[in-house]
Amino acid sequence: MTVDMSQFYQTFFEESFEGLDTMESSLLNLDVGAADEETINTIFRAAHSIKGGAGTFGFKAVSDFTHVMETLLDEIRDGKRLVTQETVDLLLQSVDCLRDMLTAVQNEDEIDQATVAAVQGNLEKLLNDASAGTPVEQRDDTGDEAATPEPAGEGWRIHFAPYEDLIKTGNDPVRMFRELAELGELEARLDDSQLPAFGEMDPEVCYLRWDLVLKTDAPLSVVEEVFEWVDGVCELRIEPLSSTGAEAATQEADAGSPAAPVPEAPVTNASAPAVPQRQAEPVVAENPTEAKAVTPKKKPASGGEHGSIRVSIDKVDALINLVGELVITQSMLGQIGDELDMDLDKLEKLRDGLGQLERNTRELQESVMRIRMLPISFAFQRFPRMVRDTAKKLNKEIELKLSGEQTELDKTVMEKIGDPLVHLVRNSIDHGVEPPEVREQAGKPRVGTVHLNAYHQGGNIVIEISDDGAGLNRDKILQKAREKGLVGEDEVPSDERIYDMIFDPGFSTADTISDVSGRGVGMDVVKRNIRELGGSIEVSTEAGKGSTFTIRLPLTLAILDGQLIRVGDDTFIVPLVSIIESLQADPAQINGLAGQAELYKLREDYIPIVRLYEVFGLKPKATRLEDGLLVVVEGDGQKVGLFVDDLLGQQQVVIKSLETNFRKVDGVSGATILGDGTVALILDISSLIQVSKRIGRKHRLPDEPTPEAGPDGDAATEQAA
Amino acid sequence: MNTAENIMSHELGLSSGNENDQFLTFIMAGEEYGVDILRVQEIRGWDNVTPIPNTPEYIKGVINLRGSIVPIIDLRERFGLARNEYGPTTVVIVVKVIDEERERVMGIVVDAVSDVYNVAEDDMKPPPDFGSVVSVDFVKGLTTVDEKMVIILDIDHMMTKDDLAGIAQNQ
Repeated sequence: MTVDMSQFYQTFFEESFEGLDTMESSLLNLDVGAADEETINTIFRAAHSIKGGAGTFGFKAVSDFTHVMETLLDEIRDGKRLVTQETVDLLLQSVDCLRDMLTAVQNEDEIDQATVAAVQGNLEKLLNDASAGTPVEQRDDTGDEAATPEPAGEGWRIHFAPYEDLIKTGNDPVRMFRELAELGELEARLDDSQLPAFGEMDPEVCYLRWDLVLKTDAPLSVVEEVFEWVDGVCELRIEPLSSTGAEAATQEADAGSPAAPVPEAPVTNASAPAVPQRQAEPVVAENPTEAKAVTPKKKPASGGEHGSIRVSIDKVDALINLVGELVITQSMLGQIGDELDMDLDKLEKLRDGLGQLERNTRELQESVMRIRMLPISFAFQRFPRMVRDTAKKLNKEIELKLSGEQTELDKTVMEKIGDPLVHLVRNSIDHGVEPPEVREQAGKPRVGTVHLNAYHQGGNIVIEISDDGAGLNRDKILQKAREKGLVGEDEVPSDERIYDMIFDPGFSTADTISDVSGRGVGMDVVKRNIRELGGSIEVSTEAGKGSTFTIRLPLTLAILDGQLIRVGDDTFIVPLVSIIESLQADPAQINGLAGQAELYKLREDYIPIVRLYEVFGLKPKATRLEDGLLVVVEGDGQKVGLFVDDLLGQQQVVIKSLETNFRKVDGVSGATILGDGTVALILDISSLIQVSKRIGRKHRLPDEPTPEAGPDGDAATEQAA
Repeated sequence: MNTAENIMSHELGLSSGNENDQFLTFIMAGEEYGVDILRVQEIRGWDNVTPIPNTPEYIKGVINLRGSIVPIIDLRERFGLARNEYGPTTVVIVVKVIDEERERVMGIVVDAVSDVYNVAEDDMKPPPDFGSVVSVDFVKGLTTVDEKMVIILDIDHMMTKDDLAGIAQNQ
């Protein structure tokens, strides 16, 4: 029976990469010298699964490499080897190497043999170097061998009776026998008594049993390892060829189960139940319990999770879309219900029903949205390793503090925020935290702190990256800005503006360009990425005390709280987050600027007025500022007064992309479908401000009627295009 | 076997290969145009659209097509023909446009839908070179049905060239 294995590749890679992440974080948690048993088990299990999977799928290079790792881990787990810094470093290196290998296999690239060989060589060297770790209990090594009737035997007699579903679990007896045959001379006797008539045979059921005689000097553990994957799906008895089963049984029983010196059985806690499995003769009756006793061996690995399923994103997105549609339908019905004229009694009932529908839809939408939400720990988990490595490279001592890891956000947002976060954390380590000596001189603790914090605030998630380093150097930034001509010689910008300049393209104040950061690309990219997600970033700093970068992101990219506005016959949506206030323009506060721009004096500030109908070439109802409304909006750190005819309601809208079937439109971030089924465009304030700057003010004075506004403005932009 | 297949495809109006393709034709300013019927998703009446600011006149706007946002293009204006008042026979043909691995859905506004023809590959003539007067980029070929000329359009080219290039590029 040949099964196309490639359909399982994706799952294997996903699980393996997850396993590697687990190994990495566990390795980082490992205390050198006093390793926690559970942590080591976790690492071991992860490595073991990867090895098993890779073996099954025929990725030999991967399974061979993992095998060496596993051997080392096994020794640590058995207490034969102390966990030293060297070991941890090497294991971390191996994790990296393994990750590269898996990536290469996944992309069907060549594996970088040189690196693999180097790391594998180091592993083997460490393994062979017995003095590397002080054996804690020498007894284990020698005691084992003596106590069990294992070595020097002629071989093993194996009774192997798979349960019916063995094949369905992906195990192939032939493969196992081949493995056994490598250990020595194998003689297999087939018991096909259970085989039904051909017509009744189910090809996916295993009817066969085997009695095997293996002539080898391999120890029991090695033989057991071959059958490791069929634990719980077969009846298995392994007896030494030389001794009779009964002898062994008494011997083992005397030893008592927990202390039974069973050597190198896959997982320590499983070794006890495995004991009777080996020699007890009346096996059949024991099977059910055995199966139960053995299964927990693989399960506890996933402890800490509250049961989860793997669902493809497509399915979830389809569901989210559907719920979005439902929300639209609901609001459509709601609107009809509001306008409907019928007798009061029925109307009341209809309204009740609609109200309930609204609540239910809202809740349904929220729960469906939550499917896409993951705790931010997924994004945070890479940092302990990164901070450790980077700090080492820069000879700095840094402690990473994480908090609010359980704060949830949308998977897409999480994926896109990863790189900017890495950049910011690197920056904090490289530019923020000072070397230990400098810190001591400044009277600060040697060890610097980088703190990553996340929390919800309104409909946003806030992520803070703070360090207790030197803070931003205001003068240096200003000097650099002058050099680059970003700031005039005599100009003295506000502190905020100065600090904000670090986000300008090509700006880096690092004196030396290091491997870590300082190439001047980055901060602007960080800012751009965050802006693309509809978020913002700001920095606050205090000389000598440190700096804090605050990122604000929407929880999800799928829905948005919007303010509906009207210009002429068109309805637009302004994201509520960008609105500061809305007001009726006071003619006395309107000022022209060289006939080109209009400014509105809003308390202490002068803010430019952007007439939406001019930017978009629409036919407005109101052209005089006092006839419409000014919506004060902020985008990109700049405030403008958006002039519109009227404000309508506020509404949560489902964001639809214009780019799916069309393309990006300047000044517009997307579209949504309103309750009446029509499409409304969602304004992108930052981009709108850019467009308005480009188009400029074509009309001379604020209060002059602008007859040529609508179609003409349109034509003009077209010509410009 | 062969015969059976032929009958089948004949009955279903399907054509194996390019020998005999089906085209939906529509009328615009007295001329008949055809598009590959396999690209046509649906035909709907003209309905109000939401205009998109700062786009060429022939992009009328977007509509909500069962939850997706679909742009609507006036083919008359696209071809530089005189604008026509939209009336009861004005229809929007929703087509699938494929460019560089991406599929988009768009609506094209035409005067009226006409007919469905089978056109053999051999009967399709390449468009003559008009020089720069008329862009032949979006004309796939010319054919004759019942003594009338039908202009077969290449919608992939027609829609993608300028419409989607975006303002950013032009500015």
